[in-house]
Amino acid sequence: MIVLAGKRLLAMLLIMLVVSFILFSLFESDKMAVAGKVLGAYSSLEQRELWLTQNGYDAPFLERYLQWVGGALHGDFGNSLQYKVPVSELLADRLKNTGILTLVFFLIMIPLSLTLGVLAGMKEGSWLDRVISVVAVLTTSIPEFVTATFLTGVFVYSWHLLPGTSSMTGGFSWKELILPVMVLVIYDFGYVTRMTRASMAEVMTSQYIRTAVLKGLPYKRVIMRHALRNALIAPFTVIVLQLNWLLSGLVVVEVFFAYKGFGYLLVDAALFGDIYVIEACVLVAVFVAVFSQFISDIGYTLLNPRIRFS
Amino acid sequence: MSNTKALTPVLECKNVNISYYTRAGEIPAVIDFNLTLMPGESIGIVGESGCGKSTVALAIMNYMGKNGRVKSGQILFNGRDLQQMNDEELRRIRGSQISMVYQEPMASLNPSMKIGEQLIEVPLYHENVSEAEASQRAKEMLAAVRLPDPQRIMDAYPHQISGGQQQRVVIAMALLSKPALLLLDEPTTALDVTVEAGIVQLIKDISKQFGTSMIYISHNLGLILETCDRITVMYSGEAVESGSVQTVFNEMRHPYTRGLFASIPLPGTNKHSRPLVPIRGQLPLPQHRPQGCYFGPRCDFFQEGRCANKAGVHMQPVPNEDRHDVRCVRFEDIDWASHRPVGLSGEQADIGKVVLEVNHMKKYYSLKDASLMALIKGKKVQYVKANEDINLIAHEAETVAIVGESGCGKSTFAKVLMGLEEATAGEVKLNNVDISKLPVEQRKAQMVSLLQMVFQNPFDTLNPSHTVGSQIARVIKKFGIEQDPEKINQRVMELLDLVKLPRDFAKRRPRQLSGGQKQRIGIARAFAGRPSLVVADEPVSALDVSVQAAVTGLLTDIQRNLKTTLLFISHDLSVVRYVSDRIVVMYLGRIMEQGTTDEIFNPPYHPYTEALLSAIPIADTSVKKRHIVLEGELPSPVNPPSGCPFQTRCPRKIGAICEAQMPPLQQTDTGHAILCHIPLSELSKVEQVIQMDAA
Amino acid sequence: MSSSVKLEDEKAPVKREAGLKLFFKRLALIRESPVGMVGAALILFWVVMAVLAPVLPLYDPNAIMAPFQKIGAAAPDGGTFWLGTDHKGRDILSRIIWGAQKVLIWATFATFVAYVVGMLMGVLAGYKGGWADEIVSFIANIFLSFPFIILCIIIVATLGASGWTVVVAVTFASAPQIMRIVRGLVLDLKTRDYIFAAQTRGETPWYIMLVELLPNARGPLIVDACLRLGYTVVAIATLGFLGLGLPPPDPDWGLMLKEAVPLGAFAGHTMYLPAAALASLILGFNLLADGLREISLRD
Repeated sequence: MIVLAGKRLLAMLLIMLVVSFILFSLFESDKMAVAGKVLGAYSSLEQRELWLTQNGYDAPFLERYLQWVGGALHGDFGNSLQYKVPVSELLADRLKNTGILTLVFFLIMIPLSLTLGVLAGMKEGSWLDRVISVVAVLTTSIPEFVTATFLTGVFVYSWHLLPGTSSMTGGFSWKELILPVMVLVIYDFGYVTRMTRASMAEVMTSQYIRTAVLKGLPYKRVIMRHALRNALIAPFTVIVLQLNWLLSGLVVVEVFFAYKGFGYLLVDAALFGDIYVIEACVLVAVFVAVFSQFISDIGYTLLNPRIRFS
Repeated sequence: MSNTKALTPVLECKNVNISYYTRAGEIPAVIDFNLTLMPGESIGIVGESGCGKSTVALAIMNYMGKNGRVKSGQILFNGRDLQQMNDEELRRIRGSQISMVYQEPMASLNPSMKIGEQLIEVPLYHENVSEAEASQRAKEMLAAVRLPDPQRIMDAYPHQISGGQQQRVVIAMALLSKPALLLLDEPTTALDVTVEAGIVQLIKDISKQFGTSMIYISHNLGLILETCDRITVMYSGEAVESGSVQTVFNEMRHPYTRGLFASIPLPGTNKHSRPLVPIRGQLPLPQHRPQGCYFGPRCDFFQEGRCANKAGVHMQPVPNEDRHDVRCVRFEDIDWASHRPVGLSGEQADIGKVVLEVNHMKKYYSLKDASLMALIKGKKVQYVKANEDINLIAHEAETVAIVGESGCGKSTFAKVLMGLEEATAGEVKLNNVDISKLPVEQRKAQMVSLLQMVFQNPFDTLNPSHTVGSQIARVIKKFGIEQDPEKINQRVMELLDLVKLPRDFAKRRPRQLSGGQKQRIGIARAFAGRPSLVVADEPVSALDVSVQAAVTGLLTDIQRNLKTTLLFISHDLSVVRYVSDRIVVMYLGRIMEQGTTDEIFNPPYHPYTEALLSAIPIADTSVKKRHIVLEGELPSPVNPPSGCPFQTRCPRKIGAICEAQMPPLQQTDTGHAILCHIPLSELSKVEQVIQMDAA
Repeated sequence: MSSSVKLEDEKAPVKREAGLKLFFKRLALIRESPVGMVGAALILFWVVMAVLAPVLPLYDPNAIMAPFQKIGAAAPDGGTFWLGTDHKGRDILSRIIWGAQKVLIWATFATFVAYVVGMLMGVLAGYKGGWADEIVSFIANIFLSFPFIILCIIIVATLGASGWTVVVAVTFASAPQIMRIVRGLVLDLKTRDYIFAAQTRGETPWYIMLVELLPNARGPLIVDACLRLGYTVVAIATLGFLGLGLPPPDPDWGLMLKEAVPLGAFAGHTMYLPAAALASLILGFNLLADGLREISLRD
């Protein structure tokens, strides 16, 4: 078990290393382009060369990479070209906002989709199962910005119930959080529901559930003690890996509702060519993805005695 | 058994019809089924796959899934109709008064719950007992099913114990509330032979000790004979014959029952003079059952007017016999005495030159040990000795069987022969060329064609994506036998003739073929390049008995005509006795004994062979058998015992020497070899395991 | 040879079917799944629209005419704006249909490329095992550790926005996932006896991989391909919406939405119509995949 965790951790580090190297080579191997981005398209060659020398860009590529990694480890990603403030400050603020959004989203999505999935999977083919399954396919088929369009149309333009942007200019507002969370939940709950349903349905047809029923256990006990534990292993991993998928949704939703989060920052930076911000954002995103994969692997082994003890 | 009329039966099935309802419509699975089970009695239900025997068990439990339903008739448990009960009443009966043991013990236990908790649930939910008392009873029951160290088992998860132990746990679970009726659905099919023998012994003891009535469902007539008082034979959803075990085994009246017995390799059958007689044709699909007698089209005594009548055929009592019923309109006309069915027989071909010679062959697998301890100790590689010091010789036209249980290394040996694995040491000479270090990619097409294989599982021996004909054609082309498409096609047709399948089968896809037909194609493919050696890895073990007989017959017939050497790998000693000239017995990677078939089946025996022989279920009332039940579990090949590999389970262990030293190979002049510390002279004094009455 | 073993006979009719015919016959099974039928109809509708785009009597999708025309408004040249016009005065119907063509072509092409790469990687890793597996799996893990949108942003930021960028992004993001699926299938399939049979007659690894293994993995892969086409459509539209997709002025559903949403308060149709088009196409792929899966589970 510890060996496994150690191995995974090592693999994680290796991946982060490779990713950071790829990233650095993509954005900073061409020094002139970097200087061009920083100083503007109309800067002269001399100006650029001077800037490169002053900022330590004359060092060999590998050395620069190591310095950059060292900086990144201390949270130093340089200054944003667009906002002229340290990237780390910008990032911390934006991550906090995205964190709030994500947390609220998970608090609603997890109980909702697990309950629906278990209910649907318990009796495969029942009307409840059909309704839940159809709703789940419909909602997962509609991408976030389309849902957002329809919801905005209804709640903002037609009924004037909710604000159409969530920039929170007047301080934190729950009201501005409703639409972004709603969009995310509507799009994402379907997938987890379907996974839970499939897993539950499979468990319900397994031979050990037959054994439990034919042992004369009450139905409630069969479900709660025998089925759920086995049925929730798969959805657990899916939910943790959701973090990775969720990011796309976050980017879209934050851009759509002008919510000042991490995703918005990233797109903004990409459109502006703010390379230091892009680098930092990508590193953070990949770290979250890799780390959630790690948690999911470890969790899976912990939940599954068959693997845990062998 | 005779005067039980005054008692209420434990279970009574009255004219039960069970159907499954699918998109294609209603599919009758069980038709007009009757059964009466008296207290303390045990009934065996026997039949080939698809005959409806498991459906009967699930219907008794009233657990049919959403598609199945008892359409008509009654299933009475102690006089009460199970179909009429509500959910709560059913729940109270299930697990406490009727309980069940399943085919696959591993799948039947919840993987994420400790065994103890799964056991104590039974008394907790059926009787008003405290957890401590339930736990105590669970431990006692584990001891009663002869599991060592009950506390350890209670704390274990299912995957931490062996298959045999799992099945004992399931049996213990079933017995915990002292049920009146125990249903056993193929309880030993998934287990090794010697483990099976232990479970069968346990089941016999249970019925004596607890007086539980039992229904034992099996495809194996021998097991029914060992465990049951009465038997019901099913065919295509119907019971065709029922009666006491003695009557049905000695004076069977239904042609299907007859056919079944004629197709199993009992002691006394012989491939040269007294061959098996398969039942022709195949089981009709439920939608295509014929009118009248379902067995009609396959029956030698079929009469158009009488057997195919619209009214159907009903069970009728055999006159002057007690509780013996037959579903056959002609059972009184048939003169069994003058009926002499003919099987596929032929003269023994002359055993020729040496084709295969294996000398001191070893195959080790390295196993990476990823545990922390191994990392610290720096001992990272462990070896699995899959094959150790294998020596054997096979001649032209000879059949050599390799027998052993799972993990004995028989499949590894086949892989080395086929060139899928390289031998670690030693020689494997085919026609005097050493191929032990020659992987199949480096062998020439001609050499590859000389050494071919028939595989175990008919369901994946053929590639489902390609037609049967193209798969055989590929072999012919690959081996360079023919290049011209016309000639290849011609050869495919000849091969289909050889395995007695219609020529238009070439255009079919594997899913349009039955298991037996697929296995025939597998044989055709193996013989396409006129091989000198064919390895058959459990070629019939996944088939039904009547089909087994046909495929075995075909295989031996082709082999005889083409003078091929056949290496027959199997765990089933009855089939092995029937087909082979010589037998090699393996245990944990080593050859424990080898000799001619007669030598293996008669003393001196290796103690392991002795146990294996005693574990064969034999469906013949005239055969007497000694019962030897091996203690302990099959050791893992990763961690073999010191000294003699068999010492941990050997009933004839003589002492410390068995644990300390590898036994010597004792050999007679005829080549009969036994790996044991006990001198041959002493092993010769042992009584015969299988004795036939005045045979 | 004596002959008491009689020929086994089966009533199943023997049909010889060419590969393509068989494929369509299997495809026709979709009739048995109502859900799948709805999906197939939706896709068929958009495919027909896309194919017919050049011959339909449509306005030039980029022609600037009267802005913010309502649904069914009369066009200056005497025709009709069946679905109105957008903020720049371009015909929405024409833009939606041409947009369908564009998204379908790029999505299909990108998915196809991702499949070719992913299948080869998967078969190689699954069948060869050992080092090949470890290397391929490591590469796949690298790309899987990038969230899809991040990968797209990086690729667009380095290569610039174009259809080809989309193809590259989808390949990098999808191929590792396809590789994992194929690898899993192959690991299962390679223990089958017919693979051993092929090995024991000395077939080359490539023959085994391509002829013996891959055809048997097609069932789950067809379902996955269908789902993946849907994802790819979403991805292309999302990039368009973020302003990172196919460059303007050519019609792109995502971009149409991006431009329409801020004006949705007074010209709702400019925003609802492309949204509905997009939702219906993706729904079509998901429903068809569901139907196919349902049917494959039945047999």
